[in-house]
Amino acid sequence: MPDPMKIRANVAGDWTEIKVLMSHEMETGQRKDAAGKVIPAWFIQNVAVTHNGRTVLSAQWGPAVAKNPFIAFKFKGGAKGDKVVVTWQDNRGEKRTDEATIG
Amino acid sequence: MSARRVILRCAALAAALAVPLAFGQGSTVDEIAKYRAALQDGNPAELWEARGEGLWKTPRGPKAATLEKCDLGRGPGIVKGAYAELPRWFADAGRVMDLETRLVWCMVALQGFTEADATKAPFGAGNDKKSDIEALVAYVSSESRGVPMNVSLAGPKEQEAYRLGQKMFYFRGGTHDFSCATCHGEDGKRIRLQDLPNLTTTAGARKAYTTWPAYRVSQGELRTFQWRLNDCFRQQRFPELIYGSDASIALTMFLARNANGAPFDAPAIKR
Repeated sequence: MPDPMKIRANVAGDWTEIKVLMSHEMETGQRKDAAGKVIPAWFIQNVAVTHNGRTVLSAQWGPAVAKNPFIAFKFKGGAKGDKVVVTWQDNRGEKRTDEATIG
Repeated sequence: MSARRVILRCAALAAALAVPLAFGQGSTVDEIAKYRAALQDGNPAELWEARGEGLWKTPRGPKAATLEKCDLGRGPGIVKGAYAELPRWFADAGRVMDLETRLVWCMVALQGFTEADATKAPFGAGNDKKSDIEALVAYVSSESRGVPMNVSLAGPKEQEAYRLGQKMFYFRGGTHDFSCATCHGEDGKRIRLQDLPNLTTTAGARKAYTTWPAYRVSQGELRTFQWRLNDCFRQQRFPELIYGSDASIALTMFLARNANGAPFDAPAIKR
């Protein structure tokens, strides 16, 4: 089971700002271990964020994104107390979903 | 893992494109400061803090006990502000201890781990070799954020540790005839492009001590003060500093005490 994400969601005027920190190795597939063997690529491929069931962000990521990635974005229409759900899926098929309440 | 941290933020990207080439030392320092500021929001150290809090509250070890009864100096289970008062004398252990040795002591006394088990992975290396201690240190130290450093030298053993640490700081040795003070005793010293703090000044000692532990972007790991000292010793070509040794605690005591009065501001983020 992957480690939980840290999600912050706050209303600022018309906008809701979402900040998500994910725990992931994000192996590029370019590195080799001490024995000279290639370390297989392992990275988050899809990220989806929904607000009240409506998709507000959908992203496709590749191996160039950093270890323990951080994403911040804004959308309109959020209100205090609403739920935001963040899901990622990596190229091994592992998934993690966390939710946060807009503050 | 190399420093491949990408911040998906239009503003950050625009700022990066607008940055002129940095030629002088001054502007390089400014750029590194900007880089740190850009990473501050979304410091992955928070992931270690969350994992550490989980480890603190989960029953583990042969005795299936949590660490919630662990006395970090302010009474059993009190985490808030504990890091700002460490190292200190612990009568139950008969020793001056820093946070990491105290955590090991609690894991042995409360959870029933052997000392070898508790110290087998002090420094993490990726997903396959996560360090529980680094996570616990992240959690405990985060509970002292904003608390002024207040390390006591009231007891004779604490004074002895401070004096020993001071002596070590100025002790020259190794193949390079280096002491800590060789690099950290003057303003304006650097290793490659990294400015080194002058730990003999109050301002330098405060700034340095209150920003460890820290997430090291270039390593993708959260590093503790024991790691910091261990790596300084490696760079000095000193014999390896034994994890949790009296020597490591004495040096920590000297540096922590010199930071007294400054608000603690870690886990931080560093290049």
